Amino acid sequence: MKLYRNLTIKQKQIVWAWGFLAIPVLFYTVIRFYPTGNAILISFQDWNLLGERTWTGLENYQKLFADPTFWKVFKNTFVYLLIGTPVSLVISFFVAYHLDKTRFMHGFLRMLYFLPFMTSAVAMAWVWRWFYQPVPIGLFNNFLSTFGIPQINFLNSTTNALPSVLAPAIWAGLGFQIIIFMAGLRAIPQSYYEAARIDGVSPWTVLWEITIPLLKPTIVFIVVFSSIGFLRIFDHVFNMTTGNPGGPLNSTKPLVLMIYETAFSSFDMGYAAAQTVVLFLVLLVVSLMQLLILRDR
Amino acid sequence: MKTVTFKALALGVATSAVTLLSTAANAVEIEYWQYFFDARVTAMEQLIENFRAANPDITVTMTHFPYADYRTKVAAAIPAGEGPDVVQLFYGWLNDYAEAELIQPLPADTFPAATIDEEFFPMVQAMKEGDQYWALPTAVRSLALFYNERLMEEAGVEPPTTIEEMFAAAKAMTKRDGAGNLTQVGITAGMTAQDHHWWREGLIRQQGGEPYLNDYTTVNYNTEAGLAALELYTSMFTGEDAVTAIGFMDEPQAAFKAGRAGMHIDGSFRIGSLNKTRGLKWGVTELPATADGTRSNYSSYWVNAITTKAEGEKYDAAVKFMQYITSDEAMQIWLDTVGELPAKPSVGLTDANSNDATYGPFIRGLAYANTTKFADESAQRQLMVEMVERITLEDMSPADSLAIAAEAEQKILDEYYAD
Amino acid sequence: MAATEEIRLSSDALLKANKPKRPANMGQFLRWGLLFLGGIVMIMPIVYMISTSLKWPHEVYNLKLIPDEPHLENYTFVLEDGRFYWWFVNSIIIALITTLCNVIFDSLVGYTLCKFRFPGRYIVFIAILSTLMIPTEMLVIPWYLMSQQFGWLDTYWGIMFPGLMTAFGTFLMKQFFETVPDDFIEAARIDGLNELQIWWTVAMPLVKPALAALAIFVFLGNWTAFIWPLIVTNSVEMYTLPVGLSSFGDEADVAWELIMTGAAISTIPTLIVFLIFQRFIIRGVVMAGLKG
Repeated sequence: MKLYRNLTIKQKQIVWAWGFLAIPVLFYTVIRFYPTGNAILISFQDWNLLGERTWTGLENYQKLFADPTFWKVFKNTFVYLLIGTPVSLVISFFVAYHLDKTRFMHGFLRMLYFLPFMTSAVAMAWVWRWFYQPVPIGLFNNFLSTFGIPQINFLNSTTNALPSVLAPAIWAGLGFQIIIFMAGLRAIPQSYYEAARIDGVSPWTVLWEITIPLLKPTIVFIVVFSSIGFLRIFDHVFNMTTGNPGGPLNSTKPLVLMIYETAFSSFDMGYAAAQTVVLFLVLLVVSLMQLLILRDR
Repeated sequence: MKTVTFKALALGVATSAVTLLSTAANAVEIEYWQYFFDARVTAMEQLIENFRAANPDITVTMTHFPYADYRTKVAAAIPAGEGPDVVQLFYGWLNDYAEAELIQPLPADTFPAATIDEEFFPMVQAMKEGDQYWALPTAVRSLALFYNERLMEEAGVEPPTTIEEMFAAAKAMTKRDGAGNLTQVGITAGMTAQDHHWWREGLIRQQGGEPYLNDYTTVNYNTEAGLAALELYTSMFTGEDAVTAIGFMDEPQAAFKAGRAGMHIDGSFRIGSLNKTRGLKWGVTELPATADGTRSNYSSYWVNAITTKAEGEKYDAAVKFMQYITSDEAMQIWLDTVGELPAKPSVGLTDANSNDATYGPFIRGLAYANTTKFADESAQRQLMVEMVERITLEDMSPADSLAIAAEAEQKILDEYYAD
Repeated sequence: MAATEEIRLSSDALLKANKPKRPANMGQFLRWGLLFLGGIVMIMPIVYMISTSLKWPHEVYNLKLIPDEPHLENYTFVLEDGRFYWWFVNSIIIALITTLCNVIFDSLVGYTLCKFRFPGRYIVFIAILSTLMIPTEMLVIPWYLMSQQFGWLDTYWGIMFPGLMTAFGTFLMKQFFETVPDDFIEAARIDGLNELQIWWTVAMPLVKPALAALAIFVFLGNWTAFIWPLIVTNSVEMYTLPVGLSSFGDEADVAWELIMTGAAISTIPTLIVFLIFQRFIIRGVVMAGLKG
């Protein structure tokens, strides 16, 4: 105790910080870092989950980079990211911003937007899948055909399939992003708005000069988090394309689905691990870049 | 009178107590795993009960897992030593389990290879190595052509027996709306379902081809016969007079169940689910033959194997259990409860079974069925799916698409058999 | 404590200023109308889920909103399956404990990473964040072997342990603690509170909205987790709801009406959790500031 008292404030902080972090760091090391290291190791091995592991050096990586499917999948993964993140960010902010200003039946409205996030992804992916079908069953195409508009091939198409699969993924995630935005909006001290009101500033200026800058930590979180989410997209694609995983000619296949298939349908764990390492590096670079760019000025 | 009854009762209690004690003394407990399928679980429960009656000192406990993830579950548990003593595996996985020494061969004295060769359907021989069998099925499956009786009647056609008749019937049952969109198909199509088996082991062979050579290590369908088979298949859904569309109503079996498809090629395991579909009147017939009567079919099966975990007493018990679940009696029970075809001709090809309106076409199909030895079934199926997609979505010629598929599949096989 | 006072005053003023509602103008009305329409569009697929759960199997692929013969037999079928209650209870227990654990640890770590200056801070943050970047599918096998060694297979602990802390929650809380002014914490230090007390009594109440969002998110994540509970459990009694419900599909047949029924039923607890926690998001810091 005496030792502690003699520490400077700065040193005390360090002691407290590591005291708080001790259990979590131990947890992450055992539960997350160790298996991750394991995966990196396996990426240099040949292993079918059942038999012995044998060292193969860089073979899995060579195979990966020579595999045209991988590059296709790599591209798809980035398309998911580049469309999914901005679209969901803009929509969710728009909805949250206006929802925040609405009082009448506020809770009910918010629940409507949040419900999709709470509902089983498997069930929802299938409902969407049915919506997309051609006539006679598909909802969208039946709708189009009543107006005499020719059918759209949503899922059975190499160009339309990816956006069609992405839409439900954005839809399902919106609710959560809206809630985070609302929490962020509520965390802005009202005194700022009050001051702005007294000064008679226009709502548009308030939005750009007060709300958005003060929402920065929230925006950083949503950008990084939803980017990770879209780069790791799996559930919706998997369920909307079962039978033909990854859509026609792999047009919707994301990296995680390729990893899943390699690991649990081809049982080529080494190859799957190599893909995982690539995914890991991609995610790390993308997140770090985002954090760097969006860092507090 | 009273005393006698009482005495009998007392005696009864005493004997059962003795049995109970002796059971407890030598009780061996073995574990059995399979995937969850209502009828299979019921059938296995009955088999276990019968087995227990004959072997009171052996207890078999059954655990089952959801079908979709059964393979993952088994692959995680068995290498870790957490698995069962007797396990049900798909025939295509067996190689990997045998190579990794996770299962042990069946003892040659109780399961002599010569007898099995003689008694079981020939495709079971894929489970044999040297003079020992690695595993044995209780039941096998094959393909047949399901048809919707109401739609047939409406169109005035009969269940087809040849491919030509099949096309004619399909054409008669196809319906389109004013805009030319299909609203009812003559036959379902989709390599994602069972069609890739039908194409590989059915159509190609019927065109005089041999889909694979060298015990399924060499792809051999990039030939005239292969191309003829592919063109025959794609003619169902391409061109002006298409009788079906890929992905019509999402899944072939859904279209058939909804009464919007006249015919549907599928496996015997579908029978139960069709029976449950209200308002669907269906029949089933053998896969269509060529004009000269050539027939070919595909067969697959789930096998039972003893894992390396079973040792000593448990091993002996597992062998006994294996003996029972591959017996004639077990096969008949399996057929009656699950609807899967007995693995022995002597049980399957009885007059009653092979003339059965429902099971008959499948059982007769077994006589001319082949079993593909897959290295990676889903990857190999995916190549067939893509082969068709290149033709329908990218307008590639069947010949080019076939060549790409053949090359890609050969690569999978080479990689698999390399070590 | 000057800063606190200021906020209290201004929030009071704000609340009072808002009391007499301005008459609803066209803009407000339009805003509400559009939000409502958007909301209806959002829940359409859910409406179809419920509609499907009221259908007979042969009607499933007929995407009519109103079933021809709506009935509740799917619900009675699912609920009469005795195992359903086991799965339900398992899922509840696991989701609740995990949520509690996450709320405490994630916010503690997030707070530490945000408000303390110490060597290794950035490294720890990035290291924790990097755990978001490995798909669960690649982790289940090492976890399985670990659980086997420690005898955790087929136990609650075995199902729960991988999710007791999440990088996601840590990141979320770190970002939200950034909105807490440092002055508050300094003031509390001068008042003689120790760091643990500052975290719990000063900082935590100020991020209640984020805690609520975190709780909802973690509860949901565990409520719908599939692959790990499947691998780690052996006995039907230990299944969680998603694992149990997946047995309604088999090789030949996926009983969509039952899957949709199960999905509808399993949305109810998450809805309750949402309704409980969303209150905190409404009140937000304004109320927290008022209570002090």
